[in-house]
Amino acid sequence: MGRRSLGLLFLLVVLVAVCLASIAIGSKEIPLSGVWHGLFTPTGVEDDVVVRELRIPRTLIGIAVGIALGVGGALMQGHTRNPLADPGILGVTHGAALAVVLSIFLLGVNSLVGYIWFAFAGAMIASVVVFLLGSAGRGGPSPVTLALAGAAVSALMNGLVSAIVLLDQQSLDAFRFWQVGGIAGRDTTVLTQVLPFLLVGLVVAAFNAPGLNAMSLGEDVAKSLGVNVSRTRSLGILAITLLVGGAVAACGPIGFLGLVVPHIARAFTGPDYRWILPYSALLGAILILFADIVGRVVARPSEVEVGVMLALIGAPFFIYLVRRKRLVKI
Amino acid sequence: MTATRSRPAAPALRLGAASFKLRRRPLLVVAAALVVLAALFVVDIMIGDFPLTVSQVVDTLFGGGTRRDQFVVMELRMPRALTGLLVGGALGLSGAIFQAIVRNPLASPDILGVTWGAGAGAVSVITFAGSLGVVTGSAASLGVPLAGLAGGLFAGLLVYALAWRQGIEGFRMVLVGIGITAVAGNFTHYLLTVGDVLDAGRAMVWITGSLNGRGWEHVVPVALALAVLVPVALIGGHVLGALQFDDQTSRGLGIRVNVARSFLIIVAIVLASVATAAAGPIAFVALATPQIALRLAGTAQPPLFGSVVVGGVLVMLSDLVARTVYRTELPVGVVTAVLGAPYLMFLLVRSRREARV
Repeated sequence: MGRRSLGLLFLLVVLVAVCLASIAIGSKEIPLSGVWHGLFTPTGVEDDVVVRELRIPRTLIGIAVGIALGVGGALMQGHTRNPLADPGILGVTHGAALAVVLSIFLLGVNSLVGYIWFAFAGAMIASVVVFLLGSAGRGGPSPVTLALAGAAVSALMNGLVSAIVLLDQQSLDAFRFWQVGGIAGRDTTVLTQVLPFLLVGLVVAAFNAPGLNAMSLGEDVAKSLGVNVSRTRSLGILAITLLVGGAVAACGPIGFLGLVVPHIARAFTGPDYRWILPYSALLGAILILFADIVGRVVARPSEVEVGVMLALIGAPFFIYLVRRKRLVKI
Repeated sequence: MTATRSRPAAPALRLGAASFKLRRRPLLVVAAALVVLAALFVVDIMIGDFPLTVSQVVDTLFGGGTRRDQFVVMELRMPRALTGLLVGGALGLSGAIFQAIVRNPLASPDILGVTWGAGAGAVSVITFAGSLGVVTGSAASLGVPLAGLAGGLFAGLLVYALAWRQGIEGFRMVLVGIGITAVAGNFTHYLLTVGDVLDAGRAMVWITGSLNGRGWEHVVPVALALAVLVPVALIGGHVLGALQFDDQTSRGLGIRVNVARSFLIIVAIVLASVATAAAGPIAFVALATPQIALRLAGTAQPPLFGSVVVGGVLVMLSDLVARTVYRTELPVGVVTAVLGAPYLMFLLVRSRREARV
């Protein structure tokens, strides 16, 4: 087994450990024996209910969203060849935010579960608009035009969101809690609704990796290697949209993760996307669960949302990595 | 003395070690933008609850007019218009420097920590002074812009310090900036959920960027900063062209790469922090202005003085729209985003088409 396969195995073990911790730790501590009991031989005692009704859905959503954002981020950086590209740059996050605000403002939707389809639709529409704008003209989508179109569309939607929440206090009151992004308080229906999209997105992403490798040598080289550049790019955008759109729909905007995880993954794997993608997936899941656990513990008895904790924990680590390693440039 | 006369080379302007090529198109763009800016300035002062005519405004600006006109112009509208103009200029210049150094059109004070650092500082004061009542009295009102300034400077310089590793490199600085921005941005969003909804509303107005109720106390610091830093940036900025190459080449051209870069980055950080403290982080101005100025002027990298003027135009125009489009005054930041975004898209599409002709 090579070094990179061993690393993947190691990450898998870490993920299992973090999952167990995520089920055990919280405002009510559950010993590992209780976790075991709840998982495999539930009898309906209090701990079993906490494990099965609260902690497991939360952990599963965390895993799904972490994988989606990690892979989405890696694809995003590969396709735009821009280390600044986080999944939000295609307008996905802000599209979802605008749709959520509109659903609050116009339709009075007021629950985290109720926002899902609006967020997902908003994410889809925004990324299609960005893609069309970024590929207007004969050259098709290029990294720079995609990034600029994404920034422009995001800014536009952000302006509209600000306008609405500034004019309507009730929208602001609901929106500010969606905006921080979290995986708490969502039940498994959230997961089952977005899971199909995430799975399709992952499959497309897996098929996209070899083409992405060729394209990182430059489009001309990729063409001469027999890669259909515009199809590869379009498929990549599709995968990103499904993955990130699903993640935003499930738990609100969780920035940072999709941006940082690929950089960490690249530090271990080098520039091969066939390795970067699985590393990013596992690292994304580990990081989001770890941040969520810390968020439950630091501000007892209340909790700090995972989006906030991710930045507080992830950023110092990320900066350390940026300083220490010679990061692989894209 | 017959036959061909070659196109005359662009004349150069020399100031000691610094020299600038005076090319026609960038100069024309700046002149045109200045005219637009002056017109916007007058219109901005004309409109409002007490409408004034052009002649009244011009009259009052030169010392005439009735007492009422004097009050409306000098105390209410002029500080606001000047704040907008200066803040726009400062943000435009700051963005132009950042983008030229990092060589990335997505780089702006937003991504290099300044904006959200300022946001975190100001929103902390707003939240802790509001329903939580931790900060009270004059500290609560004066504290918001000061905390914004401190937050922006701190975050910007922190990014700079953390990115320093035997020199400053654009790529690393951007990545560190992303990290710091994420911390400050998420912390700000968290603060929004801590206080009551009134605090959240006030904080949102600040985060969006607003010129409402800006007085001379907001004008003076930005004006001072610009008066010092614009000439400094223009003179220091003549090395930006050489910095577009890789470090080896720049050194070969006689540029002290680290000194030049550090100097310009700190100028950009201070400009963005001062502007943000005065009017909040007005979205998109620093990001879009250099790209717009660059395409208008047809230069290879964002023109510095052009970006100052275009930034001023963008903010003034947006504030005019913000004041007139709806029955209440919107924060200018809403409009800069909504106005600036389509324009950037239009330029993007157009420049692609041009490139192929």
